[in-house]
Amino acid sequence: MNEMNEVRKPPVATTGIIGWLRINLFFNWTNSLITLFVIYCLYQFIPWILDWTIFSADFKYNYLGEQITNQEMCSRNLDPENGGACWAVIYVRFYQFIYGFYPKVEVWRVNLAYVMLAFALLPLLYAKLPYRKYFLYFTYIFPVIAYFLLNGGLGFTEVSTNKWGGLLVTLVLGCTGIALAFPIGIMLALGRRSKLPVISMMCTLFIEFIRGVPLITLLFFGMVMLPLFLPEGIDMDGLVRVLVAVTLFQSAYMAEVIRGGLQAIPPGQYEAAKSLGMSYWRMNLLIILPQAIRISIPPIVNTSIGLFKDTTLVIIVGILDLLGIGRGTLADTNWLGLSYEIYFFVSLVFFIFTFGMSRYSLYLEKKLKTGINMGAD
Amino acid sequence: MRSNLGFFSDEKFRSIFFQTLVVGLFALGLFFIISTTSYNLEKRNIATGWSFLQNPAGFDISFSPFLEFKSTDTHLKVYFVGVLNTLLVSITGCIAATILGFILGIVRLSSNWLLSRLVYIYVEFSRNVPLLLQIILWYSILIQLPRVKQSLQVLDVFYISNRGLYSPRPIFESGFSYVLIAIVLAFISSFLINRWAKKRQDKTGQQFPVFSSSIGLIFVVPLILFFILGSPLSFEHPELKGFNFKGGLVIRPEFIAMFLALSIYTAAFISEIVRAGIMSVSKGQREASAAIGLKQTWIMRLIIIPQALRVIVPPLTSQYLNLTKNSSLGIAVGYADLVHGFGGISLNQTGQAIECMAIVMATYLSISLTISFFMNIYNRSIQFKEK
Repeated sequence: MNEMNEVRKPPVATTGIIGWLRINLFFNWTNSLITLFVIYCLYQFIPWILDWTIFSADFKYNYLGEQITNQEMCSRNLDPENGGACWAVIYVRFYQFIYGFYPKVEVWRVNLAYVMLAFALLPLLYAKLPYRKYFLYFTYIFPVIAYFLLNGGLGFTEVSTNKWGGLLVTLVLGCTGIALAFPIGIMLALGRRSKLPVISMMCTLFIEFIRGVPLITLLFFGMVMLPLFLPEGIDMDGLVRVLVAVTLFQSAYMAEVIRGGLQAIPPGQYEAAKSLGMSYWRMNLLIILPQAIRISIPPIVNTSIGLFKDTTLVIIVGILDLLGIGRGTLADTNWLGLSYEIYFFVSLVFFIFTFGMSRYSLYLEKKLKTGINMGAD
Repeated sequence: MRSNLGFFSDEKFRSIFFQTLVVGLFALGLFFIISTTSYNLEKRNIATGWSFLQNPAGFDISFSPFLEFKSTDTHLKVYFVGVLNTLLVSITGCIAATILGFILGIVRLSSNWLLSRLVYIYVEFSRNVPLLLQIILWYSILIQLPRVKQSLQVLDVFYISNRGLYSPRPIFESGFSYVLIAIVLAFISSFLINRWAKKRQDKTGQQFPVFSSSIGLIFVVPLILFFILGSPLSFEHPELKGFNFKGGLVIRPEFIAMFLALSIYTAAFISEIVRAGIMSVSKGQREASAAIGLKQTWIMRLIIIPQALRVIVPPLTSQYLNLTKNSSLGIAVGYADLVHGFGGISLNQTGQAIECMAIVMATYLSISLTISFFMNIYNRSIQFKEK
């Protein structure tokens, strides 16, 4: 009888911190071993990286308390035992990283353009913005304002594009490339799906050609061949030539993404629009494209991330974007040998932008999944 | 109602009209470009035609593992060296990225929270930092390695320095060709055994140890032959002479940087594709296979992976295409691939931009098309077949 009354142990906890740890980190002995091993590696690595990047790093002054003006004054070069990263190079060259060689007197124009860019993007990124319609008007005229603001004209002194650099060039290339590629991409996507065989064939050939060659060959094309195509006297600016290449490249990828969206539209939508007597353009502009673009926004953001990263390729044809300024700084004898600091900083800037964009695309995907129900209404 | 626009309301007429218009505009544009270009070329004294391919290049290529290259060789040879280097880094990169990507994708789904988070952090960092930056970063790490005199020695035969990785060079003697033939035959016969065993299993249900017999055929038979023939393979070891190593096989830091950056960058994308593919197989499949008593490894191999591959292969193809196109970034670190060697140096020396760029673009297009062709065949073979 006694054995019958034996008290059974309660089931193993699966809730609370202990339960979470048990399920996720110490489920069985292999799992526990892996966890311990990973913790050991992190224990070795994290203190070292924190020490290098923060605790024994120089930000503006070295360990003697002097302000750093060249690499010889970095703590780690004065005393290899004492000192980590030398962030002073970023501090000293910060202006170049953000504006390139833009004249200091005129730099307020770039700052103003940065702020305006943020306001122009706001209604595009956030659909529930109050007074979104008026903000959108601003977005449409922003490229014109930005052109005169950055380049000069209309009473502003002219700043030639070879003085631009750093983040400014990266953003100009990224934003202009994406903004111009969007309408071209829509036209190409519609063209590829067109019933007219010649147009469909030409669009398909263009898209497949661009997608089949690397961006760098297109940049060479823009730099070396484009000037040969133009009649005498028309001299294209270097940045514009690169922009043409980047836009062509991006529009082919954009076209494929939008074509994917167009294919997802149920045929009933086309039939309904036609039965209302709409013309081809009215049907596409009012019925098909608004729906197709809405569902292809997440992949559009993803290709835009790709383009944003690919803008670094312009350094190969001699345009100084963020990475180009970094490499230029490294070539300076004052800052020789600080490659890790500079590349770390440039990576971080890119990471902030691209990671932000990818989070945004995930947020949109989630919203779209719960928001609309294609084909049901 | 039709009358006010006349012909224009006729769909057939409109279609022909617009297409002719487009073709006409295109031809006009083309004519304009060709005429201005030929004028510009003449004015700048740039030669045209393909004869430059036969001219001596006049520069050296530091990394050409397959073809001997001297500065007296022609531009055509520069092109072939470039194509081979592009293919070398693309193929090795694709293989490494696939292996690393599959491992990381599976680890990312591990039940161990810490491990899966760690892979997540790797994927996010690797995907969100420009590839060019990663290539340059790897290169700058590699050229900061110790100089040749203080080179790191691994296992007494490999030397790692800022000039690259030096390893023994295998020298094949005459008998080695028999071993190679044996390996090829072993591959063919194990493929045939696999087919025969599958047929027999479908018919009779009897299993045949395909895996172990293939291993035996591919490894053991050539190895025995190798020793019977008296080891027809020797190694030439690198030796430090003066300021550099002489002899041996050298892998330049440019190649290592390209290889590491391309495979690590692409592996991050592939791991996400693999993860999505495995997650796309419904939970019921796993439960059903566990219910009929399959082992965990068998569930993965027989049930999950074949179904996941259907989802994985199409995006994997585009990753291979991306990697191949991204190999053109070798120009940033001086890797003598197609773009750097032929599209860069040859173009600058001859000035024949149009011809050089046309050849480079056509080559990339054909490489891309070849990859898509073979991947499409593979994709068709693994897709769900309705019987």
